[in-house]
Amino acid sequence: MTVNVLLLLVIAVTFGAGITLLLERSLTRIVVGTLLVGNAVNLVFLVASGAAGRAPIVDPDDPSPMSDPLPQALVLTAIVITLGVAGFLLAMAYRSQQLQGDDEVQDDIEDTLIMALAERDEASQSWEDDTGGEPDEEGADR
Amino acid sequence: MTTHSAMSFLIPLPVVLSLLGAGICLALGHNARAQRVVGIVTLSVVVAIAAVLLAGAYRDGPQVVHVGGWPARLGIVLVADSLSALLLLTSAIVTLCVLVYSVGQGIVEFGPDTPLSVFYPTFLVLSAGVSNAFLSGDLFNLYVGFEVLLAASYVLITLGGTGPRVRAGSTYVVVSVLSSVVFLVALAGVYAATGTVNMADLSEKLQAVPSDVRTVLQLLLLTAFCIKAAVFPLSAWLPDSYPTAPAPVTAVFAGLLTKVGVYAIIRVQTILFPENHLTTLLLWGAAATMVIGILGAVAQSDIKRMLSFTLISHIGFMIFGIALASHLGLASAIFYTVHHITIQTTLFLVAGLIEIRGGSTALERLGGLAKAAPFLALMFFLPAMNLAGIPPLSGYFGKVGLAEAGIAAGGWLAYLVVAASIVTSLLTLYAIAKTWNRAFWRPPDPETAPPIGDWHPSTPETPQPTGDWPPSRSSPTGTKSGEPWAPTLTAVRQLPAAMVGPTVALVALSTAITLVAGPLFGIASRAATELGERTPYVTAVLEDGSGITR
Repeated sequence: MTVNVLLLLVIAVTFGAGITLLLERSLTRIVVGTLLVGNAVNLVFLVASGAAGRAPIVDPDDPSPMSDPLPQALVLTAIVITLGVAGFLLAMAYRSQQLQGDDEVQDDIEDTLIMALAERDEASQSWEDDTGGEPDEEGADR
Repeated sequence: MTTHSAMSFLIPLPVVLSLLGAGICLALGHNARAQRVVGIVTLSVVVAIAAVLLAGAYRDGPQVVHVGGWPARLGIVLVADSLSALLLLTSAIVTLCVLVYSVGQGIVEFGPDTPLSVFYPTFLVLSAGVSNAFLSGDLFNLYVGFEVLLAASYVLITLGGTGPRVRAGSTYVVVSVLSSVVFLVALAGVYAATGTVNMADLSEKLQAVPSDVRTVLQLLLLTAFCIKAAVFPLSAWLPDSYPTAPAPVTAVFAGLLTKVGVYAIIRVQTILFPENHLTTLLLWGAAATMVIGILGAVAQSDIKRMLSFTLISHIGFMIFGIALASHLGLASAIFYTVHHITIQTTLFLVAGLIEIRGGSTALERLGGLAKAAPFLALMFFLPAMNLAGIPPLSGYFGKVGLAEAGIAAGGWLAYLVVAASIVTSLLTLYAIAKTWNRAFWRPPDPETAPPIGDWHPSTPETPQPTGDWPPSRSSPTGTKSGEPWAPTLTAVRQLPAAMVGPTVALVALSTAITLVAGPLFGIASRAATELGERTPYVTAVLEDGSGITR
């Protein structure tokens, strides 16, 4: 199996650009990243399908090699799915913009709270103002 | 498709019926009662079919259907072997219970006639996706099953489109997309190396592939599935995204979605790469998942988040069994998966009830529930102790099976993971006991737990009559503002029977697993035997009804 180096290069660049965008906080950029990564995968399938040939329709009179139809069917499925997900993400970006004025993905609030507690080396509120009835295993662990 | 024709026409039905039911539900978008009936009937039929399939697969070995009559190497096959059928049955029962629960919650929060136009169809599509993933005998069809269930889960996790859910949803969607991309790259690689995506066919053809290429393919597939199964270090997305969704949604996600990932790992490790177990890597992954997951759970002060972390942690037990790749290890992992699907779903449903009863799942705001709602306390206590693996409940059997398998495998790393699993069980008990003491036994504190009437209506998640799903914090009945905490608890918030019923059913089921642990372990052991031998699966798929070889 021979591999087209140019195609590989395009795949690498598209993946790189797509992943970089996926790491952004803005949902719109993430959508673009999703599309790029999705297209890069489709190109990978193109490489995987091997050498191109004539259209994959069985014809006993034509001995020249056919293209492999299966990867094309798989790519078609993948394209449809990527499109659907991108549409959903766009809707989410729009909703996020409606709700908070931008489409940035925020940090988890609970996470931030617990991290802040850890930095201050404190226990959460539910541990402290407890009067009486302290069960054994909690006391033992302090 | 000659030998098992009677059985084989049943195999596609869990997928087909769920999709059909979803379509009908969507068409009935304005009739809430009809939607509920269609949803419940559909899933009940799926449960019955799954039970028949399990009986058939247990008696006669793997059941195969060649979709569209195409021979195995050309078309898609659906296979129901003991593993698939067992997980299908478990997931169908759990899905049905959660649907009934959500019907109850919908009625309580919106009244009996308000349609939830999107919820039921999406829920049924989710069920179709899960069934398809379990039944697929084809790697690409497995991908499609994943995408179907993921697409449905994207909708469910952002239901109502409130701020926190959109935020949690974006993390979830992006991580899922990324795992799908890794899966697709692996598929392209597999196809380039072998020219097929049929799993039975692959199990033969992959042997001819150079071992380094094979390892790369295996690692790619495992990466994709470990993201879905939330194996450390690919698990950080889960506690971030699950807890904000409505209780029934979180419950079904926690029960099923990660387990589909675990199922895919089992499949790939046994059918496709039987010689290369990557035992060391997976054992480290299992140990890290268990310990780091449970340490996260201990740090949480919200019941739903605590449960999300225990979910991650206990995925480690299943990975442990898979990593050992011995018969006992696999059988215990399968047993543990069934146990964990029911337990984790039950606990999230109970958390939903606690949220309705106590107004919150934050431990700072809860208290005195044991007096106010003793039955709810019992419903939390049983599955929680089961999760921690207290004998004689079923979690104990699963953990002992895994520990035995680990000790039988020998080696310091296996012993280390056994030790990690014991520490994890103890820390699970600790996290559970903390929740138990705080939420159920601590006297309600008027300072940290303000009267419901003061904060409740001001929460952003007020019911939206036109929305598709009730936000989880809405009050079922009117709250009398200004009253002290405890009287409000006892006087107003009665739990609706339609939500308690399915929860009781699941508590009973998860406890009953203890009673039928012997037969269930027998089925799991049978499934492990089939996975170990591989030939029943491969011959059933490749030789059944097709004479064509390529």
